Amino acid sequence: MTGQQLTVDQLGRSADFGAFVRRQAAAGRLVVQPRMGFGDPGPMREGLIATKDADATTVGTLTLDSYTRVGELHAVEAALREGISLNGYPVVSHPQETTEAVLDGVSDARFPVQVRHGSATPIDIFWSLVRLRLNATEGGPVSYCLPYGRTPLADGVRNWQACCELYTRLRDVGVEPHLETFGGCMMGQLCPPSQLVAISFLEAMFFAQHGIRSISLSYAQQTDMGQDQEAVGALRRLCAELLPTENWHIVIYAYMGVYPETYRGAHRLLGRAAELAVRTGAHRLIVKTVAESRRIPTIAENVLALEYADRIARRTTELRPDTSQVLGDSPTYAEARTLVDAVLELDDDIGTALLAAFRRGYLDVPYCVHPDNAGRARSYIGPDGRLRWADIGRLPLRGVAEQRSTRRITSADLLKDLFHVRQQYDEEALRIGHDSDPELIRVTPARPA
Amino acid sequence: MSGDQSPASAGGAEADWSKGTVIVTSLASDSHTWNLVFLQLLIEECGYRVVNLGPCVPDDLLVAQCHALDPDMVVISSVNGHGYQDGMRVIHQLRALAPLAATPIVIGGKLGTDEDGARRVAELTAAGFDAVFEDAHDPVTAFRGFLSAMQPNERLLETADGVRR
Repeated sequence: MTGQQLTVDQLGRSADFGAFVRRQAAAGRLVVQPRMGFGDPGPMREGLIATKDADATTVGTLTLDSYTRVGELHAVEAALREGISLNGYPVVSHPQETTEAVLDGVSDARFPVQVRHGSATPIDIFWSLVRLRLNATEGGPVSYCLPYGRTPLADGVRNWQACCELYTRLRDVGVEPHLETFGGCMMGQLCPPSQLVAISFLEAMFFAQHGIRSISLSYAQQTDMGQDQEAVGALRRLCAELLPTENWHIVIYAYMGVYPETYRGAHRLLGRAAELAVRTGAHRLIVKTVAESRRIPTIAENVLALEYADRIARRTTELRPDTSQVLGDSPTYAEARTLVDAVLELDDDIGTALLAAFRRGYLDVPYCVHPDNAGRARSYIGPDGRLRWADIGRLPLRGVAEQRSTRRITSADLLKDLFHVRQQYDEEALRIGHDSDPELIRVTPARPA
Repeated sequence: MSGDQSPASAGGAEADWSKGTVIVTSLASDSHTWNLVFLQLLIEECGYRVVNLGPCVPDDLLVAQCHALDPDMVVISSVNGHGYQDGMRVIHQLRALAPLAATPIVIGGKLGTDEDGARRVAELTAAGFDAVFEDAHDPVTAFRGFLSAMQPNERLLETADGVRR
């Protein structure tokens, strides 16, 4: 870390992301955020400005490209040289001045920017973030390793430990680093919520153990509103009980599985995610767009999604504080707490405990084919729409999870469940009216600011 | 990445795997896995043991596993739009392995980003794939048909007769 003086601009730009979100929440506003990344600095800056100017309470996103994610920096260089478009912003490869220019006058104390990437080997990315004073990002030793790649989990844990420790050095220059867990999203769909809560929470504990004090915990919308509300309640209760920092908040991801294809269905699902966030006292929502099922969304589509989510959020009210879902007193909490306790008892070092847990099958992500995942646990969508265990494998949930007979999941069952949400929302949309008519999408007009 | 990690096996212990071993794999640039999980279940239900190599499989890992396991079939699935390039590159390496010269090797998924599926199918077939299942043409039904038509020990007879593609 160099001892150079920060300009006023840089200090404003490096305000604590967590504190910003919590301030908005205290003022009764849900913060909404896109997933947005462009290879070219021009469109990237345009996208950030459009997000900032949207009629909603927003934070900005720099989503990195997939070559940078897997560390193939030579492929980034080649693409930049040959003018081939990248699917995200290559923050490691663009010169520092280029990224400074992208952020200049856009990112400030009223508009913090988070970097989203997905790398299990992110040390180069973190060095770039530290140099740029970009003090908010996301990931985790488990969630950025198991679902999408081949990096051994032990390497993922080691890498993320080193990155947390590097990131905390931002405090040497008066900048508070913020990390968000990606663990509430394992595989995007079909992971029972109790395990999503457990993994998201354990990643937050891992961040805290390695010096991070400003933390957000993700939870991705699943198949059933009631079960999702229980899950967020469980996550909040775990944080209140065990997380060694006050500076935390919950971030909801709009559905990350197979997305509806109809305009109305896609909006309806996003709207439900906004309702989930507000009802459960989550402070931030990452949106999906109507283009999601087909291609990378445009800037305009992202703004539309942000403003739509904001309007739904403003007309939704938080659940009464004495309801069981808010208190976290639910079967989902019981399962998540059992998983968390079983893992934390394995070792004082949370990284070591996570490795042991996956080896023993105490954590086991259904349908995840990574070599370090036990691959015994199975899940399905019950007739009531809730995600259930078909087989708990070696998860320590005997006597805690609803114990039914082990159920064999066929390829046809899996296919049906993978498309369950799309089908449900698209069918509903088509029942109501002609899908092509955007006028059908009506929401309560926004209140004057 | 070493090739010595034991590949995940998701099948139930009670499954009937008498027909032989099938390798299910993605290719180097593809991080999707739901397609692989679905194929694994489908192929297991048809009586094969499946070794699922998972996402982002580098060419040398795929070649090494094919060499080590001498599978009865290799099923490549790719949905990120680069399947054509990756498939054209890897098929020659697989066919060059003596045990795989006559093994059924198929590829399917979203193999390209443009509409020219017919050309891709023709070129991939000419390069050595036994069948190509393009996303746009009900690949699951077509693949099921291919599986049920496959005789378990057909290639042994072919090899014995000296038949080579």
